[in-house]
Amino acid sequence: MTVAAPSAPVQTATGQPPAEQPGRGIKPSGWTGLAFIAPNLLGVIAFTLIPLISVIALAFTDWNLVSGLGGIEFNGLDNFIAIARDPGFWNAVGLTLLYVGVSVPLTVVLGLALGTALNRPLPGRGVLRAIFFLPYIVNTVAIGMTWLMLMNPKSGLVNQTLDIFGISPGWFASSHWALPALIVMAVWGGVGYCSLIYLSALQDAPGQLYEAADIDGAGSWMKFRAITWPSLLPTTIFLAVTLIIGASQGFGLIALITSGGPGDSTTTISYYMYQTGFQFYRFGYASAIGLVTFLGVLVLTLVTWRAQRGRALHD
Amino acid sequence: MTKTPRQQQAARAKWYWGIPLWILGLAFLAPFAWMLSTSLKQDVDAFQVPMQWIPDPAQWENFKTVLVGPDSVLPAFGRSALVALLRVAGELITATMAGYAFARMSFRGRDKLFLLYLATAIIPAQLLLVPRFIYFQKLGLYDTLWALILPGMFTVLGTFLMRQFFVSQPGEFAEAARMDGASEWQIFSRIYLPQAAPVISALGILAFVWSWNDYETPLVLISSPEQYTLPLSLTNFVDEQGSIAPGLTMAASVVSIVPVLIVFVVLQRRFIAAMTHTGIK
Repeated sequence: MTVAAPSAPVQTATGQPPAEQPGRGIKPSGWTGLAFIAPNLLGVIAFTLIPLISVIALAFTDWNLVSGLGGIEFNGLDNFIAIARDPGFWNAVGLTLLYVGVSVPLTVVLGLALGTALNRPLPGRGVLRAIFFLPYIVNTVAIGMTWLMLMNPKSGLVNQTLDIFGISPGWFASSHWALPALIVMAVWGGVGYCSLIYLSALQDAPGQLYEAADIDGAGSWMKFRAITWPSLLPTTIFLAVTLIIGASQGFGLIALITSGGPGDSTTTISYYMYQTGFQFYRFGYASAIGLVTFLGVLVLTLVTWRAQRGRALHD
Repeated sequence: MTKTPRQQQAARAKWYWGIPLWILGLAFLAPFAWMLSTSLKQDVDAFQVPMQWIPDPAQWENFKTVLVGPDSVLPAFGRSALVALLRVAGELITATMAGYAFARMSFRGRDKLFLLYLATAIIPAQLLLVPRFIYFQKLGLYDTLWALILPGMFTVLGTFLMRQFFVSQPGEFAEAARMDGASEWQIFSRIYLPQAAPVISALGILAFVWSWNDYETPLVLISSPEQYTLPLSLTNFVDEQGSIAPGLTMAASVVSIVPVLIVFVVLQRRFIAAMTHTGIK
């Protein structure tokens, strides 16, 4: 499961704990409480906690599927040293940063523009909102197969259209265009989701402030800068964090369409881990890559969070 | 009755923004229109220039082949439905009870346990694929639907969602019921559970869509075609060299979208609320 904020976006993003009710109607219940939690807890221990501990342990081993469970050998920090010297890993890191760095801001900014536009009175507004949201609920394979054919360099609909302007990118057949093609798909798939999140935030925007600004004769850009944008900041942080995690961890589309190619032009870090683990069966090394990636993404998320919060305080 | 100038201006502004947005909307919809159009075409016509949006004649045979042909996706459709059903039912039961206990019951170690849950929530599923692969092989569940169902039945995120809701509920009901001699189970099942219906349905929708669309987990944990779920089986119509049969692949894709689309259209408002308030895909 792709993991985002554990609670409602606004609450987490402002960093304030949700308002807890005082303990009215709660009485010490001893074993009963534990019994209510037990079914979920046992499952979480079995299918999440044990695998989590295993992946951390495996990261410090040299282990190949072929050698069987007896073949596990602890090798200390060897995997991490190897990662630091692995050009394949660093290539993947660069590609991932490029992919995330372009697709996430683009999705958020376009999502904001679209959300603002969809907040106006429009003919058939409900249908329009649903249309933009549609890509978000359709499975990766159906979407991937469709875009693969749409972006066929010779006869796909995309290049038929671009032909009017005299451009014809090679898309998934070209090592220069494969990553941009994935970015186009990510933006197309994410914009509607962002716009809907922004839309629900816009509907909570402080109405009196706009009236006051109208009286002061503020223009619409001023109003956006001074009122809308600051009030949307928690939502923006939430979306940025969610999209960063999603874009850096997903490998399904790449496994389906490009297998990391042409060459290694779309071998992002998550695909690199998938390849190491499930094509070469180097489980120890793959676990170490997974762990490093997780920590890297965590740092990236925290940096985004802090940078935005800093700006919020500054304003 | 004639419109005032102000109303006329508002109506004009509506179209002034409406027309470009509808053009953009149709452009966004184009891939789906292409999918639908191609699903009704013979393979040779798929890449015709210029694009023919309404296939003539419509090749309904494609759907027949996809549904009842030798590479039918129907068994995979059934498996996906079974997996989704069990996952949703399991997650709703275990998450509702655990979320309720975290919010409305007190017992030793509750807060420490909750912290553990919080820490687990930030772990991406992809990180757990390697150990789960090994683990399910040891348990003899690798390449069975159980490998997909079991982890989905016990989720930390579902528990959070339910806890958030139960925490916001007033305690007076419980006090009153307790004085009338109700058991803890009765307080949960008769008083608080019915209140939670909107949140439960939201979680149910999320869990269903996630399960139905999941591709990465079965890609790793399922290997034999007899166990394929629907997303995996959409590649049935791609040959060894990787060339795609466009008509059949698109017909199968349309079939795979229909259940989610039905849920979306029928429960649209609740669906969007579920998606926008949790950020889970």
